[in-house]
Amino acid sequence: MTIKKISKDAFKKFVNELIRQQKVVGPCSAPGDRFEFEQLESADQLRLDYDVTLRPPNRKYFLPPVETLLTYEVGGGYQSVHDNAEFILLGIHPYDLVALNQMDQIFSQDNYDSHYMKRRHNATVVACDVVTPSKDVFAASMGTATAKSGFDVLLTDIGDSYLMESGSPKGDKLLGKAKIAVDATTKDLEKRQKVWKENQNRLNKHKLKCDCSYLPKLLEKAYSHPVWEEKAKTCFSCGSCNQVCPTCYCFNIQDDVSWDFVKGKRQRAWDGCLLDGFTKVAGGHEFRKKREDRFRHRLYRKGKYVPEKIGSKTPACVGCGRCVHACLPDIANPVNVYNRLIDDLGLK
Amino acid sequence: MGKQSTIEKDIFLPLLATVKKANLLNETELYLQLAMNGEPIDYVPGQFVEVSLAGIGEAPVTITSSPTFKDGFELVVRKVGNVTNAIHKLQTGDKLGIRGPFGKGVYPVEESKGRDIVFICGGIGLVPQRSFINYVLDNRDDYEDVTILLGTKCQSQRFFIDELQSWSKRNDIQFLETVDQGDDCWNGNVGVVTTLIPKIETKLKSAVILICGPPIMYKFVLMALKEYDLSRENIYLNLERRMKCGVGKCGHCQINRCYVCMDGPVFRYSDLATMPEAI
Repeated sequence: MTIKKISKDAFKKFVNELIRQQKVVGPCSAPGDRFEFEQLESADQLRLDYDVTLRPPNRKYFLPPVETLLTYEVGGGYQSVHDNAEFILLGIHPYDLVALNQMDQIFSQDNYDSHYMKRRHNATVVACDVVTPSKDVFAASMGTATAKSGFDVLLTDIGDSYLMESGSPKGDKLLGKAKIAVDATTKDLEKRQKVWKENQNRLNKHKLKCDCSYLPKLLEKAYSHPVWEEKAKTCFSCGSCNQVCPTCYCFNIQDDVSWDFVKGKRQRAWDGCLLDGFTKVAGGHEFRKKREDRFRHRLYRKGKYVPEKIGSKTPACVGCGRCVHACLPDIANPVNVYNRLIDDLGLK
Repeated sequence: MGKQSTIEKDIFLPLLATVKKANLLNETELYLQLAMNGEPIDYVPGQFVEVSLAGIGEAPVTITSSPTFKDGFELVVRKVGNVTNAIHKLQTGDKLGIRGPFGKGVYPVEESKGRDIVFICGGIGLVPQRSFINYVLDNRDDYEDVTILLGTKCQSQRFFIDELQSWSKRNDIQFLETVDQGDDCWNGNVGVVTTLIPKIETKLKSAVILICGPPIMYKFVLMALKEYDLSRENIYLNLERRMKCGVGKCGHCQINRCYVCMDGPVFRYSDLATMPEAI
């Protein structure tokens, strides 16, 4: 396990060097005091002190909002389209990193999704411990305030410098390029421990009343609880929660054809289970017509179905708080729902 | 992180097939006999394929032929939307894209051997069941009593008429038909398919019972079967959902924790106890 230390100035130079060599994406300022991952042209744009980004970087770059899966000629055959570009994802927060690792499992198990996995194998993932907690982050309640694995490199801001820990051969290779970095000392590691300890406290704006590994059991008895209908009364079915969630990955597939109907492409695009019509079949029948059914389904996926599917003790809600911020009627906060269930149903 | 596949098979890539026959069965149902341009598909009864029409889109269609059918494979497509409307315009020699076959929840071909089987089909529900029905008829000695119940809205909506006639002539199966609404041309039973259940000759207690039909049908058939005190493990339901990707990723076909495209489309009734959204 290689852990290096690099001064912030030297790190900036290092990032500029990387930008010259290949595509680097990182958190930048966005309008309205927000942040968003974009391709960096200079290290000056990089804001590793960001609190949370508008869109989750794991979805933006590995399961893009719209991507072309195939091209075809009408009356002819189909060809696969894969994205072969290599890039560095620089600055992903631990909670988003956990979401990325969960999606890696989803897209590689059962039927191997070559489109997602190719992008994944072409990326070097540099995670970064949170510097500024966002208003609604509750990662600590979901066990994702810090991450000890799942990255190629982990950056931690210890004041005047960054610690860089390698988590893989790819990480070793990247750190090898930072010639000016030195080995971290025991004191440096102690500083990092302090950051981790502080983040366990700070990244908990909405405290879950149980250990997050209990959620699947809690949900086993919660199916008919009145909270689903109560919350869904004001749900717009706008899908904002789906849009901003790092662990939501449902998608639609649609054909796009040229005006002369000669050539075309088949594309995959983000979809959302809260949207009306998500379960509509030919003939018009909808299997989840009621909003409370759709509202409940999302929180069951986060708290039970997906973690059980991939054998994860961490829920498929990573506590980023984006849905809490995005939901206009303020019903999307998973902690509020799960805590209500705990209050009413107990912890046995 | 998942291991990189050495064979980078694209699970979204359709392979081309050619239409060998295209016949309209009635106003809304089209029969297609297809042959893959390359390797034939290797399927079992209950599986489905995703049918692509370039420029229009893709739709899931259950395979209606038995794997014992050796001249390609057969589909029946109902005209309900953009893709299926376009499929209805296909003629012999036309090409389309096929992905699949999909579905791990399939008809209990092996488990039913040596047992009585009862097929309960509602309208277009005959289409998926026909795959297993014909498999059983082609391997008749492997199975005991075979009963087929078919309920259709009205006479004009019946299809595979020749096949239905051949079933009614056989003396090694019990074939019972009914229509919801009779007319002057119909001499047979009138009433919903559940009215045929008391006429079944074979003992239901130990039979394998397979049900397929429109969403509304399942509740009523299961209610009618309740009085026979049957084990839920012997009852199978063929459930439809909005299958989009067919490979368990896009989320549209999910019923509670299950993906119909992967864990189904055929489910054991006993497994549905933990899936309140199923029926």
